[in-house]
Amino acid sequence: MKPEQPSTDIDRRAFLVGGMGLAVASFLPLSTKAAPADMQAAVKELFGDRPLQEGGVTITIPPIAENGYSVPLTIDVDSPMTPEDYVKKIAVFSPRNPIPNLVQFTLGPRTGLARVSTRIRLAGTQKILVVAEMSDGTLKSAAAETMVTVAACIIG
Amino acid sequence: MAAIRISAMKTAKAGEIIELKALIRHKMETGFRRGSRGEAIPRDIITHFVCLYNGEAVFEADFFPSVAANPFLIFYTRATESGTLEFRWTDQHGTVSSQTANISVES
Repeated sequence: MKPEQPSTDIDRRAFLVGGMGLAVASFLPLSTKAAPADMQAAVKELFGDRPLQEGGVTITIPPIAENGYSVPLTIDVDSPMTPEDYVKKIAVFSPRNPIPNLVQFTLGPRTGLARVSTRIRLAGTQKILVVAEMSDGTLKSAAAETMVTVAACIIG
Repeated sequence: MAAIRISAMKTAKAGEIIELKALIRHKMETGFRRGSRGEAIPRDIITHFVCLYNGEAVFEADFFPSVAANPFLIFYTRATESGTLEFRWTDQHGTVSSQTANISVES
């Protein structure tokens, strides 16, 4: 009996190559990642050309996040939170996620304490930027780097 | 629409800063994922949260797809008067989910 191995072999190869192509295509994200330039544009869109002063903002985020789908984030801003001097807005930006805006908070004198915690998704190791807008219009900022072992958004 | 969990003190002293925790069950579908057949899964997220203290906003949050599923917030407010705290979430379709907590403030 003659083995029909060669022809099935070719079919199998074609099938495997095609399948691999499909598999690779399905892993590609729908849109490209936000580049650091997009992050700067997002900061500018929200706060204009006002200068960022480093300091006055404390970011608490794990240095290594095993799971990029849920990374705990706490932000503290130095402010007495009185009607004369308070934090108006806190915005969190990413240089690597598909959309540079991650989350924004609106505070006021009645908030009492300029501290907020939430959980965010991170699409890979990156340095997030937090900008706090004070009631007098000045902007304080801080950045914090997190190493992400399993990134959100990349895998389904 | 969804399950909500709130943590807030029932009593407080006037002027005291109180911690509030709010969680809503929601998948926060990013719109960047694909299904098993390669089709794009449409975005479905909560976009806005507000905490109202006797009707006045004391804290607000705007969510983007990078907020983790089941959005969780810890924030603060100064106890000023007895009344209600309303926690209100709005999704991208305009659907509102809310829950209230009573607070009694002693001077």
